[in-house]
Amino acid sequence: MILVDIYDMASWWTLVIALQVIVISTYFFWSKKKSKQYDPLCNGKAVEWNPIPIVEHDVTIEEPPLMGKIDDNVLNVGSSSFLCLDKEEYIIDGALKALDKYGVGSCGPRGFYGTIDVHLDLEERLAKFLEVEETCVYSYGFSTIASAIPSYAKKKDIIFADECVWFAIQKGIDASRSTVRYFKHNNMDDLEEMLAEAQRKRELNPRRRAFLIAEAIYFNTGEVCPLKRFVQLARKYKLRIILDESLSIGVVGKHGRGLTELLDVPRDEIDLIVGSLEHSFATIGGFCAGTHFMVEHQRLSGLGYCFSASLPPMLTQAAISALDIIESKPVILEELSEISKKLNSALSRLKHFTFRGDEISPVKHIYLKKDDLTDRLKHSYLRNITNYCMEKGVAMTVAAYLRDVEVNCPEPSIRLTSSRKLTDDTISLICSLLDEAYEKVGPKPELQPV
Amino acid sequence: MAATVVNGCDGTSEMISPNKPQDCNGKQGKLLNGKVNKYENGFVKSTHLSNGDTKWSSGGVPKMDWSAYDTFPGSFEKCTLLTAALTHVGLYILMFLGFVNQLLFKPKVATEKNREGYATLYDPFETFFSRYLYRRVRHCFNRPICSTPGAELTLKERASDDRNWSFRFTGEERRCINLGSYNYLGFAEGAGGATHAGVRAAVRRYGLALCSARAELGSTPLHQELERTTAAFLGVEAALVVGMGFGTNTLGLPGLLGAGCLALSDANNHASLILGLRLARATVRVFRHNDVRHLEQLARAAVAEGKWRKIVIVVEGVYSMEGSIVPLAAMVALKKRLNLQLYLDEAHSVGALGARGRGVTQHAGVAPADVDVLMGTFTKSFGAAGGYIAGSAKLINWIRAHGHAHTYAHSMSPPVAQQILSAMRLLDTPAGQQRVRQLKENTHYFREQLREMGVVTLGHRDSPVVPLLVYTFSKMAATVERLTAHGIATVGVGFPATPLNKARIRFCLSASHTREQLEQCVRAVRGVVAELGLAYSRARPHKRSLPA
Repeated sequence: MILVDIYDMASWWTLVIALQVIVISTYFFWSKKKSKQYDPLCNGKAVEWNPIPIVEHDVTIEEPPLMGKIDDNVLNVGSSSFLCLDKEEYIIDGALKALDKYGVGSCGPRGFYGTIDVHLDLEERLAKFLEVEETCVYSYGFSTIASAIPSYAKKKDIIFADECVWFAIQKGIDASRSTVRYFKHNNMDDLEEMLAEAQRKRELNPRRRAFLIAEAIYFNTGEVCPLKRFVQLARKYKLRIILDESLSIGVVGKHGRGLTELLDVPRDEIDLIVGSLEHSFATIGGFCAGTHFMVEHQRLSGLGYCFSASLPPMLTQAAISALDIIESKPVILEELSEISKKLNSALSRLKHFTFRGDEISPVKHIYLKKDDLTDRLKHSYLRNITNYCMEKGVAMTVAAYLRDVEVNCPEPSIRLTSSRKLTDDTISLICSLLDEAYEKVGPKPELQPV
Repeated sequence: MAATVVNGCDGTSEMISPNKPQDCNGKQGKLLNGKVNKYENGFVKSTHLSNGDTKWSSGGVPKMDWSAYDTFPGSFEKCTLLTAALTHVGLYILMFLGFVNQLLFKPKVATEKNREGYATLYDPFETFFSRYLYRRVRHCFNRPICSTPGAELTLKERASDDRNWSFRFTGEERRCINLGSYNYLGFAEGAGGATHAGVRAAVRRYGLALCSARAELGSTPLHQELERTTAAFLGVEAALVVGMGFGTNTLGLPGLLGAGCLALSDANNHASLILGLRLARATVRVFRHNDVRHLEQLARAAVAEGKWRKIVIVVEGVYSMEGSIVPLAAMVALKKRLNLQLYLDEAHSVGALGARGRGVTQHAGVAPADVDVLMGTFTKSFGAAGGYIAGSAKLINWIRAHGHAHTYAHSMSPPVAQQILSAMRLLDTPAGQQRVRQLKENTHYFREQLREMGVVTLGHRDSPVVPLLVYTFSKMAATVERLTAHGIATVGVGFPATPLNKARIRFCLSASHTREQLEQCVRAVRGVVAELGLAYSRARPHKRSLPA
């Protein structure tokens, strides 16, 4: 009797469990099937969705002036060929020889037969020139730093950057998805405060990579980075430095090795130096320089390095030739720095404009003195002024920014570049032309509401 | 505003009529039965039409009937379980050996100096991978050449005395047939090439670089001419050119998309597209490679959410690692039905596909205007550098104003621009048309020969990129080594460009390859396949696994 009971009990439980299994698995399969065929657009409810067109509204863009060669018919003080190497026959000849030998494109990324011997030459020459262990050449100036930053900084890391860094750095920081803190422009006290606070909050800790990013000479202000203090802070708080020397390599320093040479900062204090071949070298491309340990990493993880076709060989050859000239005639660097200084003293005598930019910087920003205008108005006045100057034979440009994308959009300005071709006469011509243009097409005092 | 935020459509409130916020947050009622829906479609469609209602109401948009389109995603033969298992085991053995190696020997690499107490710079697995797995095959990559990357190239031979930790040049050079470069139409030519004289003249006329952005002082008549010609070539209103192909995507996409936009991105999209979408801060959903049904499912779900400002399908024309061609006609139909937008990256297809080299639009018989954004590069077919974005005049103006390239990136080098211009003009002459035809012929011949060998190749019949699956790292390296010894330069592709166990050899064909050269390649490949046992294909050789 008891045995029967147990058997009965067991079978009852077995039945329940079996039923449960069946119910649950049916439900599971049923719901799986349902989710596969579930289609929200056919379910009997109204769906109203009005996508905005891919072009949200019509925009008119300012037609940029059409140029020929740099300095064709006009005196060009807008393009950043500081050393005027674009005119050197030696470079053109070298590039044409490379064209004969290699053709134009490299038809592949560096990994897949896009490494041509001139690339290796250039990397070696740059490393020797900058006295670093290794360099790697990118095929576009913008992509150099924009790829270099995310190859080191990742999502959990923290970046401290100057608020006036140029756009490519901002995009590099964006791509890294790291936490970012922008400190006040060239304000080392602000940076130190920020670092101290981050340390207090344990945001800086030995498990989190931390980076300091700055430019040697700021493209957006023409001011020089206080590098020594910068390095001190980085060592104190254990941050790695990524320094953009685009505007300083081939410009400042006795041999043109950049701000590190000028301020006598040992180059191994800077973890990664990023340079551009698009300014002084007057070709296309960019490069990263540093220790073997740092730079080698980019060859596998720099997106713009791995996944982009390599720099066309003729442009690479042009950079090598430019390096030849800089190395053999360092006197051209002195000439440039003389002219930059002269330009500063001339610009300080402008009647209607203020300007920004250190003496050694080849880039100067000119602002309207009148400051009760909106940025949009300022921009259009400056545009009129540059157009006027263009008609009179001096090409200059209003610095172009995407106002709503910049982290900290600079005030509208004319970006003037000094270059070796300028003389005392042309400098005074530029200054008088600027004032003349202001009086002709600039803001009229009587038209402005008080 | 508060109400709309609760419903999950903040930022889009002006786009969605405030009367119907309930559609925003996916609160749609439960579905009764999948099958019922399927049968309901036709019925619902008719009421939809008879209502004369412009909205998608009561029953919505019918699903696509894919039988009318060519949705073939490309040939992707699955490997046997045994092969997959062996590949994995092989990889684990390699990793184990690497691990032991790491324990016993100090790696011969530079270490960081003077940075004690800093957070380690690199991810440990990444370091391990590059030291103990990638190093073993390092000699197959980054091989330097010293000639044009044309039909043939000259390799500078390297040797390593320390198991690939470092290389030295032996000083010898080897002439190889080039099946590695993206030289589809054979425009990689040195002196005596079809475009050479024009490029030389452009160097003299415009110099090598303008040292300024396009929006500042970097525009020349040459750039304008190039943009006009590109637009006319593609059959659209306008185009803009950027000095770097990778940069075209990363600098252009942020101008088009923004927060609140959804990108439906193919699983095998190129790194530049992924980076561009990340920079644009768009939400990204990934659909299986070339799978229009999965895309449709994602797209319908996204449309039903109703909260997206734009939904853009982001695809490539020819996928460089898969050799497959996008089913463009099907995608355009889907995009039209659901009112989506389409961004097409023609990096590998412009010039190489289509009867007249217009790219995948011509190949698929789609009007170029039906694709919202046409993007492509000049690196591959045109033997130059840089890229373009083309489309309606409105679109191009928008990208100039909102994309990053026009404002910040230095303008394209004039000789490069001239090279593209000359090549593009040449393509419309009989000689240029001959190149397009030759490429197609070469592609068909080579694919046919490989299929007869019984190896697994991926992709479509017309695609000039021919990947040959070898699965394991070691076989990839061995194949590349042996082919080089036979005088053929090819590319092995492994992780990270492909999944860990899907290493492959990639052949890129060119119009400049002669039949003799290809025959030589086929002979060499046949030898290697027999030696290494690469004939993994289970499809019988005579059976055509690809549609003609």
